[in-house]
Amino acid sequence: MTAAKGTGTSTQVGPPLWLLAELTYRCPLQCPYCSNPLDFAQSEQELSTEQWFSVLRQGREMGAAQLGFSGGEPLVRPDLPELIAEARNLGYYTNLITSGLGLTDAKVDAFAEAGLDHIQISFQASDPELNNAVAGSRKAFEQKLAMAEAVKSAGYPMVLNFVIHRHNIHQMPDILDLCERLGADYVELATCQYYGWAFRNREGLMPSLAQLTKAEAEVNEARERLQASGSAMKLIFVTPDYYEERPKACMNGWGSLFLTVAPDGTALPCHSARLLPIDFPKVQSTSLKEIWYDSPGFNHYRGDTWMPEPCRSCDEKGKDFGGCRCQAYLLTGNADNADPVCSKSAHHDRILAARRAADHATAGLDDLVYRNVKNSRLFFRS
Amino acid sequence: MSEDGASRIPRLRRGFRFQWEPVQSCHVLLYPEGMVKLNDSAGAILGEVDGQRNVDLIVASLQLKFPDENDLGADVREFLNDAVQRHWIEWL
Repeated sequence: MTAAKGTGTSTQVGPPLWLLAELTYRCPLQCPYCSNPLDFAQSEQELSTEQWFSVLRQGREMGAAQLGFSGGEPLVRPDLPELIAEARNLGYYTNLITSGLGLTDAKVDAFAEAGLDHIQISFQASDPELNNAVAGSRKAFEQKLAMAEAVKSAGYPMVLNFVIHRHNIHQMPDILDLCERLGADYVELATCQYYGWAFRNREGLMPSLAQLTKAEAEVNEARERLQASGSAMKLIFVTPDYYEERPKACMNGWGSLFLTVAPDGTALPCHSARLLPIDFPKVQSTSLKEIWYDSPGFNHYRGDTWMPEPCRSCDEKGKDFGGCRCQAYLLTGNADNADPVCSKSAHHDRILAARRAADHATAGLDDLVYRNVKNSRLFFRS
Repeated sequence: MSEDGASRIPRLRRGFRFQWEPVQSCHVLLYPEGMVKLNDSAGAILGEVDGQRNVDLIVASLQLKFPDENDLGADVREFLNDAVQRHWIEWL
């Protein structure tokens, strides 16, 4: 799969409104659902400050308005304040997506000075014991609490993110209480998406339907309560597509809005796409404009002429674009196939099998493969 | 404060930014990990929201810019109330 199969041309393709800058794969935490590639440790090369400046300038000229700094843990980059200042100067809305580890009161203020618009802090659970066990770090929870408070008092909008899985989903009411106590403006309750490390650990992470139904009811109840009390706290519950009968419109369509640049400069239509057997260009050797509009990688799944059945003749193909290419690849071995989440997919039984497995799973936290350099090396040496 | 809130002062909520996007040829409202594309009238109204001027002054300013439009007041108040409901802006 090297030739471009999509129908996209420069005139039909809109601008990349969203730029995700994955500054590094380095991270002090070891969350077993990390979306980074399993073999991240193979790629230690990182773009320089100047190279990131160039990416930011090109992206902004092309129309990108939202910029996410993520990783790994973006705070490990010492040039983060310079990158924030440059991004803000260019007119981006700048989002820092962080674990909170490595953050200090002084940095929170310095980033605000540089023009950072928003800091999103991720939590692993509502209590220190579970949080630190999932994160693989003994002092993570206390640090996160302190930094959430620092973010709030510095005047940023507060966005808290919880990745939800079978080991913390029972905490939903406590999680919501914690968010209210901290004064969050937005709370993302993101049930695991099974890519990267989460796919490797899927059996140990996926909640059962009963767990999910209960949590969803708890979220809806809280939402009504918040609305009645006039609270502006917004709950965003990302349901797992493994319990759907139609696939998600992944990334709003391949190469339609989102452009990710990985730490080593590889440009991707989403942060998982490097697992696909497709050649993606690097920003060091190709301009962002050429990458977005003309590269075979970005044109690969634009339009719908690449679709096999059942997508090709489906009247919903304009709505969900056949679902997620990475999921199709991970579950069927061929990224062209319909996303198996779809009940029309010939491979939908793999989703049903995962649901059944989730009803009987017994794996504990100790059975998960944690995301760290040692484990990552096992994946690329084997 | 008058009955219809004409003396109330709206301001953008913390974390919201209003700006012109040349590539999209429209005003947008940016907020954490989100963006709303605004139509011409929404852009014109939010462009007046500065946390200083009240609804009356905003209507008067828009009336000067769009002299051909009759009685903008009702539309402006409806939009601002809607924007408060959406948590884009708040009353000072």
